[in-house]
Amino acid sequence: MPQNLQGECQPDGTNESTPKIQRIKITRPSEDSEKKIAVKRVKDVEVSVPIVYGTIAFWLGRKASETLSHKWTVYVRGATNEDLGVVIKRAVFQLHPSFNNPVRVVESPPFEISECGWGEFEIAISLFFHNDVCDKQLDLYHHLKLYSEEDSGPQSTKKPVVVETYNEIVFPEPPADFLARVQNHPAVVVPRLPATLSLPPAPVQEVHESGRGDTKDHMLSPWFVNFSEADELLKLAAARQQVQAHIMKLRRQLSMMDGMPQSLKPASG
Amino acid sequence: MDAKDILLGLPKPTTTPTPHGHQLLPLPADKKSRPPKESQRKPDGISREVYALTGGLAPLMPSVDVNHLKRRAQSENEKITWQWLPFTSSARKDNLQLYHWVRVVNGVPPSGDYSFAKYNKSVDVIKYTDDEYEKHLTDPMWTKEETDELFDLCERFDLRFIVIADRFPTSRTVEELKSRYYSVCRAILIARAPAPGDIAGHPLVKDAYNISQDVERKRALSMVLSQTKQQERRDAEVLAEAKRISEARKAAKGTDELEVPAMTDTVPDDNDGAAAAVDSLSPSPNAQFTSGAIAPPVSEIASTLASLRMMRVYLRTHALEQMVQAASSSAGLRTIKRVEQTLQDLGVNLKPKVPTKAVCAEHLELRKEILTLLNLQKQLQYKEAEGSSYRDGLYAETPGTPPKRVQRAVEQDRTFVPDSFSFGGERMGKRDQKRKAPGRLLEGPPSPAQSKRPRKFKASDG
Repeated sequence: MPQNLQGECQPDGTNESTPKIQRIKITRPSEDSEKKIAVKRVKDVEVSVPIVYGTIAFWLGRKASETLSHKWTVYVRGATNEDLGVVIKRAVFQLHPSFNNPVRVVESPPFEISECGWGEFEIAISLFFHNDVCDKQLDLYHHLKLYSEEDSGPQSTKKPVVVETYNEIVFPEPPADFLARVQNHPAVVVPRLPATLSLPPAPVQEVHESGRGDTKDHMLSPWFVNFSEADELLKLAAARQQVQAHIMKLRRQLSMMDGMPQSLKPASG
Repeated sequence: MDAKDILLGLPKPTTTPTPHGHQLLPLPADKKSRPPKESQRKPDGISREVYALTGGLAPLMPSVDVNHLKRRAQSENEKITWQWLPFTSSARKDNLQLYHWVRVVNGVPPSGDYSFAKYNKSVDVIKYTDDEYEKHLTDPMWTKEETDELFDLCERFDLRFIVIADRFPTSRTVEELKSRYYSVCRAILIARAPAPGDIAGHPLVKDAYNISQDVERKRALSMVLSQTKQQERRDAEVLAEAKRISEARKAAKGTDELEVPAMTDTVPDDNDGAAAAVDSLSPSPNAQFTSGAIAPPVSEIASTLASLRMMRVYLRTHALEQMVQAASSSAGLRTIKRVEQTLQDLGVNLKPKVPTKAVCAEHLELRKEILTLLNLQKQLQYKEAEGSSYRDGLYAETPGTPPKRVQRAVEQDRTFVPDSFSFGGERMGKRDQKRKAPGRLLEGPPSPAQSKRPRKFKASDG
């Protein structure tokens, strides 16, 4: 049941986001056969989909009222802004019960909901995957922030409050059909496949009737955070080095105290 | 009335006399007479000695309702006397007349056999004829006289082979005697049975006595008994290791990526084997300690991986949480807090901000390494505690060393401060001894260098 609800606020008269109608031509096995026949899975190949989910909230400024002080958008996007529609069939956003129709279903990318309101609350996001991907849903939780934490000076209509979380959806033993379909898709991280692996032929790619599923030119993309693992990796490597050096020092101390030959156990890692 | 009561004297005598020695308190109506000293009072329903077990004070909650205590049945309507009477026992074959105290009820002594006669059981030892002996029972190692003697002793001593072995004229081991006895019985049994199928189920026929096995078993038992405590500990450790490894192997079946630390390949099935395996592991108890700490998480990690795979889809952060939990499964809450504190001090996020596969792997490894580090620090502490005065001198300076070390740290490049970290690490341990709170790297030492380290300032301090 697609919901095209925008919310009662129309601050600039523009639509923030409208779910787009798509006719997806993906050949997939019929629902019945999917349930009866065991899914052929590929072991030892882990497929992951890096995503970013969160909220961006703008203060409405002059147009703000007691009950509608901010306009905000909650979304799930590809970490590199690629189209998640290749994996995600539908996203369900569970808003605060005080909203009309608090359960918002988005059937096609970009998976987002925009609303207006005054309160902060936890939003539950449930991701449903295509039939050939996984029949279990994945739940995310995000706390909507409207007010900035750092120096609470006057709010600005130009500078939104952005809270984004990076994560990766992991499919440890992906079905062969799914893998065949996405092995070259930019939204999906697929490791080097073993040479012996033979996949079923990839079905016809999706056809988007209007617009794209990716968020590269999204209106909010200027505010998207660029998550890079390099910093964290560097810090972790440095920390490990320190710890390892310290371990060696202690081991030496211990063996000196014992007067026994140094322990044979190498530092793990 | 209780003897103590008589000696000490009750302020007012009890009202109801009782036929037995069971005590009664003065009626509660005698409030005035109740002396303040509890120790001279007896509780109702239980004897003084039992009451004294509680320390002489009444328990806060009555554990047993006095009414629930069994009253001696028929204590009112019968006349009980005790008499010194003669008795006979069916267990005795001679005519010896013995006497004992008997509880006589209303003048009627108890009837029936001596109550312990039923315990006089004996074994039915097989009796073979000479003919049978000639036919089935001859044995090169045994003469007929010896065999006869053996069976006679078995009869007398109810198959108590230790005693029989002691009494046996020629010196034979217990196992030899047993072997002879059981094989004779078995042969007789088979010979006398109308059809072999009749006795096929008999234990003597099914599981015949195996003398060599018995000898070996006893030898092994005596070895276990004579093991020193340390050997015992080592054996237990090795067996536990082997168990963990085989569990890990079972869980890891089908997964290539899991590498099991190859400590012992075979489970030692004999104490000798266990001792040898322990030597092959590593001579120092240190290695045992660390390997013991790291081995248990191996099977935890394997089962975590398996359960993640079963989930079909999960978030990377969830996987990391599970793996961290598995890796720290052997650590207590305090240790885990110290790990987190260390991570913070190293400037690492407790939960990675960009949890990619590589980042999560590094994070996990870092946590494991910190665990190792903390274990080593603890070991060092233990060693110190046992150490000589010379060692004490080295570490007793610790409170004094901070200023020196801290200044050096400041001079160094900020991003790489191994000395301050190590100093903190050691002090962390000492702090733990003083407080229950998780150890913190820098907190509270009245050192002027505090101000030189704004980086370590924590809003929570003070």
